[in-house]
Amino acid sequence: MDKNPGTAERRKERLDRGIKVRTEGIYAISSWQEVSYLVLPRLILIVGLLLLPFLMPSLYWNRVISIVGIYALLALGFDFLAHYVGLVSLGGSFFIGVGGYIAAILNKSFGLSPLFTIPIATLSGAIICTLLLLPALPLRGVYFAIVTLMYPLVLFRIIEALNILGGTDGILGVASFPNTWVEQYLILSIIILALFGLRRLVNEDIGLVFRGVKDNDQAVRASGLSITLYKAIAVFITSALGCLGGAYFVHIYMVAGISLFALDYSVIPIAATVIGGGGTLVGPLLGCFILVPISELLRAFGTLRIVFYSVILLAFIMFRSEGIMVYAQRKYHQFERWVKV
Amino acid sequence: MSGENILQVTDVSKTFGGVQALLKVSFSVQQGEVFGIIGPNGSGKTTLINCITGFIKMNSGKVLYKDKDISNMAPNQIANLGLTRTFQIMRPYYSLPAYKNLIVPLFSPRARKKGGWRGGGKLGDRGTVSIDILEEIGFERDSFVPYKLASSLPTGYLKRLELARCLALGPDLILCDEVFSGLSMSEIASMVPLIEKLQMDGITLVMIEHRLRELFRVASRVMVLNFGEKLTEGIPEVVMADERVKEAYLGSEKLLDYSFEA
Ligand SMILES: Nc1ncnc2c1ncn2[C@@H]1O[C@H](COP(=O)(O)OP(=O)(O)OP(=O)(O)O)[C@@H](O)[C@H]1O
Ligand SMILES: [Mg+2]
Repeated sequence: MDKNPGTAERRKERLDRGIKVRTEGIYAISSWQEVSYLVLPRLILIVGLLLLPFLMPSLYWNRVISIVGIYALLALGFDFLAHYVGLVSLGGSFFIGVGGYIAAILNKSFGLSPLFTIPIATLSGAIICTLLLLPALPLRGVYFAIVTLMYPLVLFRIIEALNILGGTDGILGVASFPNTWVEQYLILSIIILALFGLRRLVNEDIGLVFRGVKDNDQAVRASGLSITLYKAIAVFITSALGCLGGAYFVHIYMVAGISLFALDYSVIPIAATVIGGGGTLVGPLLGCFILVPISELLRAFGTLRIVFYSVILLAFIMFRSEGIMVYAQRKYHQFERWVKV
Repeated sequence: MSGENILQVTDVSKTFGGVQALLKVSFSVQQGEVFGIIGPNGSGKTTLINCITGFIKMNSGKVLYKDKDISNMAPNQIANLGLTRTFQIMRPYYSLPAYKNLIVPLFSPRARKKGGWRGGGKLGDRGTVSIDILEEIGFERDSFVPYKLASSLPTGYLKRLELARCLALGPDLILCDEVFSGLSMSEIASMVPLIEKLQMDGITLVMIEHRLRELFRVASRVMVLNFGEKLTEGIPEVVMADERVKEAYLGSEKLLDYSFEA
């Protein structure tokens, strides 16, 4: 920690700021100060995100924004599933691949525009992913994670070996977005909606059931609720976010290939969650806005970037293991003082 | 006979590896009574509850609840029929405040169909209903206790929370696994009227207990398990006079602290 000489005789006490307590109920609307305490962080986030496309130096970096958005969807889904339902998923590339191929097929074979392919791929992809993961739902911890990782590897090999869906070349010539502004603002709006939607969901009654499944699944069963059902609903939500990202991706790059099953989509969202602060939802989103651009900057170093990447991640785990947003929220909501023991 | 029996258990057996946890245990519970199950540590009491409520699969045997065969049903289906249980090792949702713990059972199909607690119609949102249930079970309404995280509650409140979780389902039969253990004498003294009140509300109770004196204040009949087998069953005075029961409890300090008020 910072400067705490002689921990034996004193310890750090953390107290909620008065304004945090005052803004918890309906009284939040009693003064401008309190309203801004609540609204300002959200406003800064939204305005900041919406300004980003203007601040980018080149078209190349505008494209990076869209890619960050896709990773943010995956990271949001990962954080939701891991911290609110207790399922650790490595299925990012599974969701991206399924959503991406469906959108590409709908566009190329049925001539549907992105306006239709994206929603259809999101829904049908989520249904397919959830059904395929259904047998794995009773599995706990690392076993569920392994199954989510296995599917993209298997699909990759099947497409390669049977030479279906364009084989190793992929499906080329997928329609693109009308222009780069639509492309960026659509994904930015989607992640803002997804973030606030998920934050709302986890505090609704059904969200409490999800959290119950994480805390204590046996008590949920004793309460008359099927844990498989609620896990399936949660997996559906996460895979929908991922498939949406995948569909978006193929319309950005105008191709759906087996690289959609790349491991990056499974790993980077987890790294972003570690850096941003697990369980905060907004943290993993910001984590993507830090990690993905860094990864772009490091591209010049070729494969060596993995090394830099790992060092950054390690440093975070060791020195700020709680993550940026957990730290920031604590500083915002509480004050600290040393007390003698 | 079966008309007044809310629960009828026939020849339930269960082995764990080589351990015979239950061997052909049969008993029945009448509508509205408080039925006690006692026995030394490791005699299979918790395993019996687990088998009845579907948490573990029994090797053989049959369980009838309200004349319906529930032998191979999932725990959540059984709970939705109104047969609920508490856990000996308490299982609250530690990261949620006490009253939000109850939102989970209130979200169950059974509670939702009832439209509130015990068919009370539209009683407001689930948060309000859970505060009502907690008050009924001994959480002071106007204190901070219902709003505290379950992880910061003392044992006494956690035991009550276990019962409250059952009540939120609007149950007809509750299987209680040692709700008195770990409580102080005064805490137990305040729990006993609660049990009596539940009985008056028409809820049938099966209570596993080591605290025999307190159990016998509320239970009309008890069954004794030993090494997974049923020793005997009957009214408390007769059962405790039984030589085999005395022998089973021999050396156990639990019996020493038991004595009849009469
Ligand atoms: N999941 C399990 N796996 C293996 N053995 C088990 C399991 N659960 C219980 N047992 C064994 O079954 C026997 C009965 O255990 P049970 O927990 O039902 O006893 P109990 O009567 O509830 O005891 P207590 O009064 O200590 O709670 C014990 O020998 C125990 O070791
Ligand atoms: Mg037990």
